[in-house]
Amino acid sequence: MPAVSMTVNGKPATADVEPRTLLVQFLRENLRLTGTHVGCDTSQCGACVVHVDGKAVKSCTMLAIQAEGANVTTIEGLANGSQLHPMQEAFREHHGLQCGFCTPGMIMTAVDMVNRKGNELDDHTIREELEGNICRCTGYHNIVKAIAAGARSMGTGGARKAAE
Amino acid sequence: MYAFTYHRATGLRQAGNMLGKLEDSKILAGGQTLLPTMKQRLASPANLIDLGKVDGLKGIELKGRSLVIGAMTTHSEVATSPVVQQAIPALAELASMIGDPAVRHMGTLGGSIANNDPNSDYPAALVGLGATVITTKRRIEADAFFTGLFETALEADEIITKVSFPVPKKAAYMKFRNPASRFALVGVFVAKRSSEIRVAVTGAGASGVFRVPAFEEALKKRFSPKSLEGLSIPATGLNSDIHGSAEYRAHLVGVMARRAVAKAG
Repeated sequence: MPAVSMTVNGKPATADVEPRTLLVQFLRENLRLTGTHVGCDTSQCGACVVHVDGKAVKSCTMLAIQAEGANVTTIEGLANGSQLHPMQEAFREHHGLQCGFCTPGMIMTAVDMVNRKGNELDDHTIREELEGNICRCTGYHNIVKAIAAGARSMGTGGARKAAE
Repeated sequence: MYAFTYHRATGLRQAGNMLGKLEDSKILAGGQTLLPTMKQRLASPANLIDLGKVDGLKGIELKGRSLVIGAMTTHSEVATSPVVQQAIPALAELASMIGDPAVRHMGTLGGSIANNDPNSDYPAALVGLGATVITTKRRIEADAFFTGLFETALEADEIITKVSFPVPKKAAYMKFRNPASRFALVGVFVAKRSSEIRVAVTGAGASGVFRVPAFEEALKKRFSPKSLEGLSIPATGLNSDIHGSAEYRAHLVGVMARRAVAKAG
């Protein structure tokens, strides 16, 4: 089995994997980072979104071996110890989750959105950008509110920027 | 997905040799179509040759009156490139409408056109703009590149390296999305060049992208949505499925073409 090495949440991770191992399997099963979820396994729902070299990708649609040498951030890598990332805090504050299954992907997508589009996001932009994330509880209204608030909060002093 | 052997290519020549020699081999570009297809076991190549670490396949450059884009350039890079937005804004917009943000971070121009999904967007841009596909072996005009459903003119050991798009005077792309999959049910790319007008349709054709000569002739006289009024295309040869009948798609081709011309201005 070929070896794969990458940095996950700032720590080196190396393992021998079957080539068909998906990045999400590697994260969940090899590294036991189970915050990244598998919802649909068909690239549609976005529950598996992580950041690879600073960009949001669907980790169910990438081979672990494609991430060789990459810098990967998962939902576990966002908080600073016990202090939540501003986007996580905003989801808590605005009740941006119901069952919570889609939440890790929503938050990783939201942080990526802010990195690309800035701190002032209108509802339309947020809804367009959430095209690849599905909430089975249909809790979009509060997710959109949470992302707008989290985006602003990421821009104000004191708040930490995205982990990468 | 079924097991396969993975090969990380380090150079184009090596990748081409592997593609020619290894039995049942496929190129892995961004993987956004290939991996889901393999997961569904619709494809089960024995060998995957990953171009991810091959240098020189990414990049966007304006060369004279042509925009040259590397095969491994992602949809996101095309959509956000100031060079593309300036030279061919319709192309940047088309790229911004593919899939979703995470898919656009991985999916590539070369991967999309090599796959030639009948509902994908890029074939309409290539044919609509009269682009040239540059491979490890030759240059192929877009009109001759897309040869049928998931079929291209590429030979077994040939790899796309870049695509050259002539900069048009005006162009626009209008896409009517399938409300569920968000793929193009019908997409029409219209471009006006100094000597030529092109109208290319994706999503509708049973054999993939096609041009509409009757629309092109009408637009030559006057480039206005009015020139297309009363014109339609026959439903023969169009897709018909649970998402829409061939007649419906034929109707949409006319509507999207008029909207694209109006948008191009």
